[in-house]
Parts: sequence; C-alpha cells; structure tokens
Amino acid sequence: MIVLRRLFFVAVGLFLALPLIVVAGVSINEKQTLAFPPQGFSLSWYGEIFLNDDWRNALFASLTLAALSAALALLVALPLAWFLWRRVAPWANIFQLLGIAPFTLPPVITALGLLTFWATSGFYGQPWTAVISHAIFFVTLPLVTLSLGFSAIDRSLVEAAATMGADDRTIFRTVVLPLILPYMVSGYAFAFVLSLNEYIVAYMTVGFTMETLPIKIFNALRYGYTPTMASVTVFFLVIAALVFGLIARFGDLPKLLGAMGEGR
Amino acid sequence: MRREPPQRFADYGPLVFPAAMLVIFFVIPFATMIAVSFFERQQGGFYEPAFVFDNYGRFLSLFFGKVLGFSLFLAMAVAAACVTIGVPFTYLLSRSSRAAQIRWLVALLSILSLSEVMIGFAWSTLLSRTAGITNLFALLGLMEAPQALTPSFGAVMTAMTYQALPYTVLILYPALVRLDPTLTEAARTLGASPFKAFFNVVVPALRNTILATLIMVFIFALGSYLLPQLLGRPQHWTLSVLITDQAIYQSNMPFAAAMAVFLVLVSLSLVGLAVYAGRQKEAA
Repeated sequence: MIVLRRLFFVAVGLFLALPLIVVAGVSINEKQTLAFPPQGFSLSWYGEIFLNDDWRNALFASLTLAALSAALALLVALPLAWFLWRRVAPWANIFQLLGIAPFTLPPVITALGLLTFWATSGFYGQPWTAVISHAIFFVTLPLVTLSLGFSAIDRSLVEAAATMGADDRTIFRTVVLPLILPYMVSGYAFAFVLSLNEYIVAYMTVGFTMETLPIKIFNALRYGYTPTMASVTVFFLVIAALVFGLIARFGDLPKLLGAMGEGR
Repeated sequence: MRREPPQRFADYGPLVFPAAMLVIFFVIPFATMIAVSFFERQQGGFYEPAFVFDNYGRFLSLFFGKVLGFSLFLAMAVAAACVTIGVPFTYLLSRSSRAAQIRWLVALLSILSLSEVMIGFAWSTLLSRTAGITNLFALLGLMEAPQALTPSFGAVMTAMTYQALPYTVLILYPALVRLDPTLTEAARTLGASPFKAFFNVVVPALRNTILATLIMVFIFALGSYLLPQLLGRPQHWTLSVLITDQAIYQSNMPFAAAMAVFLVLVSLSLVGLAVYAGRQKEAA
C-alpha cells in the first residue's frame, strides 16, 4: 500500500515536473537550438534576460506592473476587510462579492470589460491603466488573506485597548496592524506573483503599447523559438517558488490555504 | 471592540475608496461591456451605440454552436480528469507529514501561478520533435523515430489538465484536511481495504465537495484561452479564444462582448450551482 501511494505521488510529481525539466534543459543549450538533452552548457540565455534590451525592458515592465498593482490591490482590500470586520453592515458584503468576482469568472470576461471601458473612456493603451486593471483583477487575493487575518484576531485584545481609552485609529495602528501584517505580506505576495505571470488582462489593456514578459514571450513565439523563453520561464518559476517558500517559512501556509478554499 | 453598525456618516469613511474602485473599475466596465454587446458594428473596427440583438443572433449559427459545444466538452473532460487525479492525490496529501504537505503546496502554488504562455511553451517543447518526450521513447525503442505531438487535441487536453490540476488540489485541500480521520479508521478496523475505505467512505462523505470542485474546475478550464491556440488546431479553439480573436484581430467588439456576456451567464449559473452543492454539505 505504501509502495502504491509512493508510486502515485511520483507519477503526479513527474507529470508536473516533466515539462519544466525539459524547459530547464533547453535553457542551457549552448547554441540557439531546441534540443534535449542539452548540447553543451551555457548560462548565456539567462544573461540574455538582463543584457538584451527587449527582454530587460519587458522584465522591468512586468516587475513594475506587479509591484504597483499588488500595492493598489492591497490598498483597496485593507479598508474593505477592516470595515467588514469592524462593522455590522450586511449590505457591505456586496463589495466583498465584487472583490471576489473577477477572480472566479473566466479572465477573458474581466479583460474584455476593461478593454471596452478603457477604449470608451479614451485612456486605452496608457501604462497606468494596466496597474488599475491588474489591481482589480487580483484584489481577491489580499481580500481573502486579510479577511482570514481579521477573523483570527482575538477581539478581547481590541476590547481591552478600547476600555483603556484608545480610539479606532490608535487601536488600528497599535493592535490590529501588527496582528494582520503577516496576512498583508502574503496577500501582497500572492497578487505580485500572479500579476507577474498574467497575460490576457495585460494584453487586452496595454498589449499594443507595452510588453510585459508574458506578452513578450507570446509575441516571440510567433516568430519561432529562442532559448530566452526557456530561461525566463525557469527564472519566473524560481521567483514564484522563492516567494511561496518564504511565505511557508515565515507563515502558516496550510492554514492560509485551508481558509482560502473556504473564502471561495 | 464588538462589531457594531455604523453610527455616524463618518463611520462609512473606510468603505469609500474600495467601493469607488470596485464600482468604477469593475461594475462600470462590466456594464460597458453589456452595453457594447447591443451596439452596431461599423466598418473599420468601430462601433456605434444602438440597441440591436444581431450580435446575439449570431449565436444561432452552426459555427458558434460547434465552438460552444467543443468548449463545454473540453472543459468537462479537463474537470473530470483533474478531479479523478486530484481527489485521491489530495486525500493522500492531507494524510502526509506537515513538512511534505508544505513542500507540495509550494510546488503546486508555483505551477498554478505560472503564466499560461509559459505552460503552453513548456508543453510545446515537451511534445516537440527535437526536444520532446518522443526522443526518450525512440531511445527506449518504443518508437521508431521522434515525432511532434502537437498540434493535437491530446496536447490541448494534457496541458489544460496540467494547468488546472494544482487549482483542483488547492480547492479540495481544505475539505480533505478537515475530513474526520476516524471515518476511515473505523472502516479499516471493520476490515475494509484502503481502496474500499476510500471509495466507500471518503468519496461518499465528500460527494458534494467533489461536485462543487468539478464545477469550479470546469469554469477554470472554460477560461483557458492560450493553450488551445498554442497547442491545438483551429477546430480546437474555445469560446475564450474566439472572444479574444473577435475583439483583437477581427475588431468586432460588439460580437465579442455578446459572447462574453453569454460566458458570464454560463459561469454565474454554474457558480450558483457550486454554491448550492456546497450548502448541501452543511445540511447533510
């Protein structure tokens, strides 16, 4: 039985790892060939991400977009999650529903909605429209982690502060904020990583004026293969693994995911 | 501090920014899209306000029917495959050590966040002639010569399953972690084999969770737009691909919007069904 169980895990692991192993393999080919096992060994395709102007600009655009949109998503989610925790206002739940909707519906719907919106309002193609679009698209993630963070706060702590005469603002700064900080960090990290990898919303809003890395890869794919696609894929996978690994190291990942499923 | 209803007008203050953002940048775009779906298309990719049902009328064509039928079939097949692998996998995972669980969760999250472009590229490489898995088969003598396995239906289906499997596991995970371990222990004590215990105790206890997961993965798969393009032939295009194609390349926004509205309706009714299935679990 234990053997069967191990075999099943290995099979699923192989299925998940195989495409990535091959991509990692072709990323170290010496020449610009799509060959596996790799012929020769070279890390120059990783250097290419930073040395080639096109790829570096795309990487920079993606990182900027992800950093800004995740911050904006957090700014939208924090007051909303706080309000829902602090106040009894059943009708306000509609905003929570609105925050979760973009993530639950097929992404092409949000993308097309934003495309028609930016086109109608005349801002189509401006880089900042992508920041707002991604923030709305990914607001679900900080919203869910923060709701979880607030629900984990022991209300008697807050009550004690209130009895001692602290007002809402002071309580938020001195009691609530330190307690939910880890949830803010993980919410931001989730939104950051997903924004980094997002294609369709970015493509539909700023695809013709700006190239993020996923857009760059897709455009490059049309003209054939270059090993930089492979090195970028590995690079992004490492970033994601690093971020989620850090969350797991300093936070409680099983708990975070246990409740995320519940928020859906 | 107890939760209390807002007393003064100022108590609503924190709600202003999030509410404004969500209304302006989600509700209004959504409404714009619905409005555009009734607009009339002009030559050269423009459209003008009107109130026509032409864009919806095009749904009645054979071509649209085929695309819709294929999209639904593909999403269903992917959801079925993911749940078939995901339920036993997540069950075993939830019974593993905490350290093992965390390692798997980090790996699953990393793959889940991987761009659809990158997943498509990775699979097209794995299924290619020069660097693909068929080289291994040829080496082992299973195949005479390496060959390309894309574009094909199998490639689309496999890559979409790959993309949706981490999502499936992460949806199932909370329910399976909370599943009472004494249930299977009792079955085992009474002499059931592990397989029998799994199929006769775990699966029935999770029937509604599995149904809800099936629906959520179905919606997730319905949203896949790049993999059918990268790994399939035009007949493997889904509704999501068609919407993108109409909006960007054919410049027919009204028709794209009408299809998107249709997709919303399909998804929303399915979400409703999933929520209903989830509720049933509590009642039982």
